[in-house]
Amino acid sequence: MAPTSPQNSLFTAYLVHHLRVFIASLGHLSRAPVATLMTSAVIAIALALPSGMFVVIENLGGLSHSWDGSTQISLYLKKSVSTEQAQSLADRLRLHHDIDAIKLIDKAEGLKQFTASSGFGDALKYLDENPLPSVLIVQPHIDTAQPEKIGKLLRELQAEKQVDVAQLDMEWVKRLYTLLELAQRAVWIIASLLALAVLLIIGNTIRLDIENRRAEIEVSKLIGASNAFIRRPFLYTGLWYGLLGGILAWLLTSASLGLLDGPVERLSGLYGSSFSLSGLSFSHVLNLIALSCMLGLLGSWLAVGRHLSEIEPS
Amino acid sequence: MINFDNVSKRYPGGHEALSDLSFRVPKGKMTFLTGHSGAGKSTLLKLLAMIERPSRGQIILDGVNLNHISNRRIPYIRRNIGIVFQNHHLLYDRPVFDNVAMPLVILGFRHKEISKRVRAALDQVGLLKKEKSNPITLSGGEQQRVGIARAIVHKPGLLLADEPTGNLDSELSLEIMRLFERFNQVGTTVMIASHDLELIEELGAPRISLKDGALVHDDLAQRGAR
Repeated sequence: MAPTSPQNSLFTAYLVHHLRVFIASLGHLSRAPVATLMTSAVIAIALALPSGMFVVIENLGGLSHSWDGSTQISLYLKKSVSTEQAQSLADRLRLHHDIDAIKLIDKAEGLKQFTASSGFGDALKYLDENPLPSVLIVQPHIDTAQPEKIGKLLRELQAEKQVDVAQLDMEWVKRLYTLLELAQRAVWIIASLLALAVLLIIGNTIRLDIENRRAEIEVSKLIGASNAFIRRPFLYTGLWYGLLGGILAWLLTSASLGLLDGPVERLSGLYGSSFSLSGLSFSHVLNLIALSCMLGLLGSWLAVGRHLSEIEPS
Repeated sequence: MINFDNVSKRYPGGHEALSDLSFRVPKGKMTFLTGHSGAGKSTLLKLLAMIERPSRGQIILDGVNLNHISNRRIPYIRRNIGIVFQNHHLLYDRPVFDNVAMPLVILGFRHKEISKRVRAALDQVGLLKKEKSNPITLSGGEQQRVGIARAIVHKPGLLLADEPTGNLDSELSLEIMRLFERFNQVGTTVMIASHDLELIEELGAPRISLKDGALVHDDLAQRGAR
């Protein structure tokens, strides 16, 4: 009595059907290319914004990481202190149990480095004498996680008669870190809001799609289509929107970072650094596209769940 | 095949469309459901297609008590029913072929098998040459035949038709009815709701008549099928 079994294997039938719907929903989208592209572009922009920010923050984080290990204290000695006196101070301090290593940059060497890296070398020629003090670079034997111990060492060193200024070079790294954390959190918030926006955009697009295909849904239900069967093309449509949006977001982000790359390299060149902007890695791209697909699927799933059950044949 | 036991249907608002209806249609029979408009013919067909559920009583369809079917399983009941509507319910965004193929797609047939069966169904209703046309370009009678092809393409056990000739002239109507007879001859149980008594007389199939939701005449019962 029941219709004869359509296929040998139910599982192959299932796969074949999924593949068919997957392709058919792309075909459905390609019949309205402008609308599809516009929706995908909105999704892409909403996703490219936070992912671009993430890349920038990650780059800055990497930049500060490379200095993290080198917590050091610079001791700017008084100008009256001679190189020999500086050397004996360095020797004395080297015995301090909290100090790992000390490097002396005497006046002459400091001048040489300054001339080489600052570009103001010519200006210095007009000065009668070397304006730079001797500097001791102190490498403390203390974990950076113990700020109060470092503070104590810093005060001790500041108390030395020959020291003009003792400066903890870590201070700015810490500040940068805090700033980065703040920025990261801000990006998370923005990203979450934009993800929500993507969800709503896709949900609304699918809702309109469902409305447009009302007759088809009614007829399908009448001739025995299960809810899963009717749901499927809409879910795949959402998935396609997500996929297209994700790919576009990747292209947008890469293009934007490409535009920034030249200036950043010039800037870091001025600071004597070989730092250059690293773009989206392969895993970043995969994550971005996977996330986008998930948002597409979820958005359409929400829309379908809300609106499909409202359509019943009468 | 169809077994109504004291079935009543009351719509929200209090209107009782069917009251205490009992009848039986054996497998392979062709029956006409008659009665003036508002007598409950459409409601009866809707109960069979599970578009509506009875307020009281039970319907046994092909050995299955429809009261025991959850909403989730309704599609599987409908897959064994072909429904022909008065207003065709065709989709105008796709050609005739795709319209007829819908039940087979839902059942998960392979592409090759679908082509074969759709062409066979279109051939039976005499529209093989129109498979690529959009249904909107066809005449009313042709559209109705496309609807019939879609209803029988997956070889359902039960074929329901709600006023299938409602919008057609008498010559076309007879042609459509002859089509139903042909499907009945190969074993399909057919139930046609119609108010065209003249036409029904001509075809001579048993009648079930309703008046204000109650059974007033049952040829099958009189012939001892009950």
